[in-house]
Amino acid sequence: MAETRYRAPARDGLRIAALDDLIAVYHRASGITHLVVAPVPELLEAMAGEWRSLESLAEAFGLAAGERGALIERLDELVAAGLVEAA
Amino acid sequence: MRHVFSVRIGPVSFRVGSDWRGPVEQLRALYADHPAPVDGIADYTVRLSATRPWRRFVRPSVAIAGDYMLPDAAPLPLAHGLLAAEMAMNLQLALGERRFLLLHAATVERDGRAIVLTGESGAGKSTLAALLSARGWRLMGDEFALLDPETGLLHAFPRLVSLKNAAVGVVRRALPEARFGPLMAGTPKGDIRHLVPDAVALAAMDRPARPVRLVFPRYGFANDAQPVGAGEAFVRLTQASTNYVALGEQGFDALTRFVREVPAVALDYPDADSAIAAIEG
Repeated sequence: MAETRYRAPARDGLRIAALDDLIAVYHRASGITHLVVAPVPELLEAMAGEWRSLESLAEAFGLAAGERGALIERLDELVAAGLVEAA
Repeated sequence: MRHVFSVRIGPVSFRVGSDWRGPVEQLRALYADHPAPVDGIADYTVRLSATRPWRRFVRPSVAIAGDYMLPDAAPLPLAHGLLAAEMAMNLQLALGERRFLLLHAATVERDGRAIVLTGESGAGKSTLAALLSARGWRLMGDEFALLDPETGLLHAFPRLVSLKNAAVGVVRRALPEARFGPLMAGTPKGDIRHLVPDAVALAAMDRPARPVRLVFPRYGFANDAQPVGAGEAFVRLTQASTNYVALGEQGFDALTRFVREVPAVALDYPDADSAIAAIEG
């Protein structure tokens, strides 16, 4: 079975504004504003306009094999929110 | 419509048509010192119509309508026609406005610096704005702050100030010379009386101001003032805006800029005097 891959909108598809402890993300395609905290902006940046496998994202964030649960949860949330595509 | 009235309030103009003479005559008297729409063309049209033709004669009640509608808006008795007109005007602006980001807030200004008071109904926005106007602040508005996405400036919307219940007496004592509308008792919002904005507010209504402070007042609690972070202010203001979603990216830019530039404070207060002291301090 092929591994799930994830892709965020290209950089010009989002507006990101840091507001103290929160980060506001405006998704141009849907017109929806999302309020997120770290590491969501970093995740979006890492896969901006580019398909990335779980493996390569985990590697980019320095996660060991046993530490991927939280990453999968964050990615699932972003997919549910419509900010990230999964394929 | 048999009876028609037009008015400009800051950058927004209305045309109110009514099946009855009463509400239009009241509006005309209370808005006597406001200007007419530029070129006579109003931005929004409001209709106060009889809920049924025969009801114009038997227990008359007013249904509000306009370009934007709430299908379940309950009709009001004719005695509350002025309140119906006010609600209808607010509704048209709240749902239809695209030039400005609308914040449900009162605004006062001094020396070009504006303080924005926002909160739910009962927080004391209108009362505090009226009391501050008695102390030399310019009343920019008690209901909507109009934020210009291009400039970040606030535009005034000095409509009639809607005072409820105990606030009516408090403001009358603070502004004994001011003009007030009729007392409307037992409306769905309680006892209501409108205050006519003073000459200073009207003379300066085309002059925008730079927002310098955002206050979230809360009446009925012990004195307390806590800073509010930009993230929380953003969340609260998206809830306090009637057209944030409709403005799309422009709304996002305007609001993120606003909360980054304007320090915010949550102000709990037990009485008007302590709130005024905290706001002016």
